[in-house]
Amino acid sequence: MIDFEPTPEQQEEVKAAHAFARDLFRPVSRHYDEHEHDSPDELIDKMWAERSKGTLALGLDVASALRIEELCWGDAGLFMCSPGPGLGGAAVFASGTKEQMERFLGGFNEGGPKWGAMAMTESGCGSDTSAITTTAVRDGDHWVLNGEKIFVTWGKRAAENKDGLVVVWATVDKSAGRAGMKSFVVPAGTPGMRVEKLEKKLGIRASDTATIVFDDCRIPFENILGSPEVKKTDKTQTKGFKGAMATFDATRPIVGAMALGVGRAALDFVREALEKEGVKIRYGVRKHKLTALERDLMEMEANYKAARLLTLRALWMMSQLLPNNLESSMAKAKAGLAVTRITQKAVEIMGPLGYSQKFLLEKWMRDAKINDIFEGTGQINMLIVARRVLDYSRDQLK
Amino acid sequence: MISFSPSEEQQMIVTAVKQFANGEMRKIYRECEEGGEIPSSVVDTAWQMGLVASSLPEECGGFGGEHSAITGSLISEELAWGDLSMAMHILSPALLAYPVLETGTDAQRKKYLPLVCDEKFRAATSALIEPRFDFDPYSLSTTARLDGDQYVLDGAKCLVPLAAEADLLLVYAAENGSSQGFIVERGTRGLEVGEREKNMGIRGLATYGLSLKNCRVPRENRLGGAKGGDFERIMNRSRVALAAMAVGVARAAFEYSRDYARERVAFGEPIASRQAIAFMLAEMAIEIDATRLMTWEAAWKLDRKEDATKEASLVKAYADDMVMMVTDRGVQILGGHGYIREHPVELWLRNARGFATFDGMAMV
Repeated sequence: MIDFEPTPEQQEEVKAAHAFARDLFRPVSRHYDEHEHDSPDELIDKMWAERSKGTLALGLDVASALRIEELCWGDAGLFMCSPGPGLGGAAVFASGTKEQMERFLGGFNEGGPKWGAMAMTESGCGSDTSAITTTAVRDGDHWVLNGEKIFVTWGKRAAENKDGLVVVWATVDKSAGRAGMKSFVVPAGTPGMRVEKLEKKLGIRASDTATIVFDDCRIPFENILGSPEVKKTDKTQTKGFKGAMATFDATRPIVGAMALGVGRAALDFVREALEKEGVKIRYGVRKHKLTALERDLMEMEANYKAARLLTLRALWMMSQLLPNNLESSMAKAKAGLAVTRITQKAVEIMGPLGYSQKFLLEKWMRDAKINDIFEGTGQINMLIVARRVLDYSRDQLK
Repeated sequence: MISFSPSEEQQMIVTAVKQFANGEMRKIYRECEEGGEIPSSVVDTAWQMGLVASSLPEECGGFGGEHSAITGSLISEELAWGDLSMAMHILSPALLAYPVLETGTDAQRKKYLPLVCDEKFRAATSALIEPRFDFDPYSLSTTARLDGDQYVLDGAKCLVPLAAEADLLLVYAAENGSSQGFIVERGTRGLEVGEREKNMGIRGLATYGLSLKNCRVPRENRLGGAKGGDFERIMNRSRVALAAMAVGVARAAFEYSRDYARERVAFGEPIASRQAIAFMLAEMAIEIDATRLMTWEAAWKLDRKEDATKEASLVKAYADDMVMMVTDRGVQILGGHGYIREHPVELWLRNARGFATFDGMAMV
């Protein structure tokens, strides 16, 4: 049955998430935008407490997406400080064994706040993840990691806080290309792993984006996710690489949900500002009778809706155990671009009020942009959509 | 609970309509377009599927099924994928039946619904659009004035599907500034059906202009009686139906140009293996899916009897733009071949341009 109504329980969760975002994120939003590398410790403790109550226990499903939209409506950067297994956890879920899930994530909710990060990007490769140069060499019962990872989202928190973890992508055999790509769990505080630098960014400044260096970093052999075997015969059908891509199928629509929150914040702001001035958006009026402002706003709203439904569908499919590679890239490509445009248009519409740092709108425009970049740029996601609809391999469509 | 899966029954209907669209409509659509005529045998075959009658009450001759805008959207998309002219022709009785069912009086339901529940297709229609650039359904130039026991209708209409053969026409007119529907029977004095129109697209569908001059109908023919009809709900049902049809037309153009791009070789490779073409197709696919989901959401609101004006008008405007973008690219991807009438994409582009104009010409 086609249905667009969240369950009563989900509605309650959404309300709680919204209240949390409004009362705890919004008041400090500007502060952490201006003090980029300050850590909102008090807020993190509150988020951790909420997490154990369930409000902020977020996974990769429709219910989580609904709450994530609310939280990012509050502040996307602060949302990204929320403790939890995060992208590292998603990677463990996507390609770890049962034993590994238990070992790495089992105790995640106990004790103090902790984070899980995923380290993929390097200075020489972003979207082309198969070109990574970080190496993992087996040495008896251990793996030894060497290399440098950049743009690791909440990487500092994951690498330095007690009981955190960083999932690192490295190659065990450069000559094997994708087949040699494997992921490894590096627990926080492992000697040889250190945070080299924190980036200064256009937006989502509350969220740390770290460079992490691995310098003869030794981890137990059983910390490899998936099989250590390298199948050179078939370079495209490789579990390691596929594991990374499967993680993206789950996380891309979640980025969609984050994007939606920022987009809606901007839309709400514009709508409220206009209402205060007595400008009402008239729906159902024929196009030639609408003002340019009404047309703009309706287009923004429609694009927000389009992105939202694509996002929810991608996550719903995952919950139905349906393959959602196409749909998840559709959602991500649409949402990333839609909110980029929505927020940019919103600033334009509001004129000096949009451009001024007296209000948060200009910040949301800066925050929004990242959604069209991380977890696969808009272009990479378009490429995936194109390959899927054409049934083309990466060799047939480069 | 949020779900994107049509019910089993809906899936069965979709499968049947798909089969019909692919097996029957797609075989003759070009002939119908060029000849301006749709064979009655095909219309009858479609009619026997009970696409309209199934959602009308048993006591009125229908099958007593639920009248669902979501089901209507699913059907509309598939039929429009087959051919837009035929889809509008086949579903034209709904133009009268659904407004009567939804907002008519009991007496109107009993009197008129059985007329569209025949085993054989019987045309019925409605007349909303007026021949002006600034046509506005909420501010109609056609007027209705109460004179004793009769309403007097005056004005001009255009793009009225099957007006020449329809036994019943639901004519919309402004009564003291508000849009109301009036049921006009064929042959009523003062109602004149003009020459068959020639349009840029939907040339298979017979549409006409109407002239109403001192056209008198009994007072009880006012849709919804003294209370009047729910014009907003009718408009929203039409917006949803048209958005669904736009998705069907766009999907047709997308699939055709996608298959063409995979086969057409240039510079030693299929053109689809170039990002310039592939990215066009990716965007087409994304926007088609997005519009379908928005259509479902608006339909879902209608089925819950909630105010759907925002959702329906947003998706209608979105679909108008989407279907133009997609069909234009369909022609573009085929290049010179797209311009030639041997391929269907030029026809879909012409049909697509109509959606921004077709207010009230389809109904779920």
